[in-house]
Amino acid sequence: MPREDQFPGIRPRPSLGRRLDILARQSFPASTTILLMLLCGLPFGIADQATLLPSVTVGCVYFWSLFRPASLPPPVVFLIGLLLDLLGYLPIGVGVLTLLILHGVVLRARRSLTQQGFILVWLAQICVGIVAAGLIWTLTSLLDLQLMPAGPAAFQAMLTAALYPALAIVLTTAHRTLAAPERL
Amino acid sequence: MIRLSIPARQVVSKLTLPVLIAASFALLLVGKADTMLADRARVALLDSLAPVYVVLSQPLSRVRAAVNDVVSLWNIRADNAQLRAENDRLRQWQSTALALDAENRRLKAELHWVPDPATAYVTARVVADAGGIYAKAVLLAVGPNHFIRRGEIALDENGLVGRVTDVGARTARVLLITDLNSRIPVMLEQSRGRAILAGTNGPTPRLLYWSDGSPPRDGERVVTSAEADAFPAGLPIGTVHYSAANVPEVVPAANLDRLEMVRIFDYGLQAVVPPEAPRVSADRAR
Repeated sequence: MPREDQFPGIRPRPSLGRRLDILARQSFPASTTILLMLLCGLPFGIADQATLLPSVTVGCVYFWSLFRPASLPPPVVFLIGLLLDLLGYLPIGVGVLTLLILHGVVLRARRSLTQQGFILVWLAQICVGIVAAGLIWTLTSLLDLQLMPAGPAAFQAMLTAALYPALAIVLTTAHRTLAAPERL
Repeated sequence: MIRLSIPARQVVSKLTLPVLIAASFALLLVGKADTMLADRARVALLDSLAPVYVVLSQPLSRVRAAVNDVVSLWNIRADNAQLRAENDRLRQWQSTALALDAENRRLKAELHWVPDPATAYVTARVVADAGGIYAKAVLLAVGPNHFIRRGEIALDENGLVGRVTDVGARTARVLLITDLNSRIPVMLEQSRGRAILAGTNGPTPRLLYWSDGSPPRDGERVVTSAEADAFPAGLPIGTVHYSAANVPEVVPAANLDRLEMVRIFDYGLQAVVPPEAPRVSADRAR
């Protein structure tokens, strides 16, 4: 639904600068998620650094699907999933399917979940992280026709849960300021 | 932009997610049917990202070096004592090694030994982890005019690292010996028994299929074997260590967790996969 239908009323003339501003704000969730994903590949020299990429991606997609799904439509989630598959060396399609399912589930629970406090949102995110790690593990095992070790999947679920508070602080600030087209 | 009526727009927005989920299932099947497609897409993406990673990896490695400096300053006394003790021990070994080297030369001269040809190598910087969660591999930045081919062998200063599996225009991917799909013919140095070193994605790969007469001994050195013509004989890999479950494992000599530079050797071996073989089955065949 276009913005004029959602918020009827008097508003400033849509000059080029304003439209660019709105566009930038709308694309903020997707572009920062992709940028974070690219940064995860840098050689920080941390042990098990590869787990960082899926954890950060799941955290970001969860947050934006929950609080600003208008800026993260399913096609963008598809693209982010594809990037996750390519950068994370997963069999192609695994990340796409996982993130799309995550997006769908979060959209379903959105109405009740956004009313809750941080702890409940985090608990739900922990559950989502466990399901996402399990899904990636299952699909990778199925596609590779061998059981993958379960340790990395458990570590991924833990890292996803542990990173979320830090991620949420930054993203909540951005959600209220930089990523808000309605503030214009 | 096409103007749709409000009900039509609602139908489209309701249908997008199911259609995309169906598309991702299709993508799974396509990716399974044609693994080369994913590999090519990945190599193209990483080739375009490699320059960025190279630029950013230099300040990062400087920061890491600074942190290491601080840590080593903290441990300087303990390190010093340890190094003195080690130095004394190594001095004895050096004299032994020099004597053995001289003897070896003399014996080779008597036998008219044909020396191994010197092998060509290039050194490349490790710029990123290229394994993901369920694989162990590293990405090397190589210049745009490199001659690296699939199947060439990567070593660091201490031992075997792995083998080159994908080569792009500016990058090469090295599958580490700890990867789940890595299988390497090895020789136990003391008993001269043969075995297969199988990666587990953990830090220590396992030994499989050793002969009954020569079980691997704890602390024994493990080197590559020239069987199957995939490796030259005698590259150091690591030492045997029995795990708590009494499974013989190999502690790699190479510093696989913190690789910064590796050397890629071209031994001209031919028993490597053809360049267009599918990745998964090719890796498994090794």
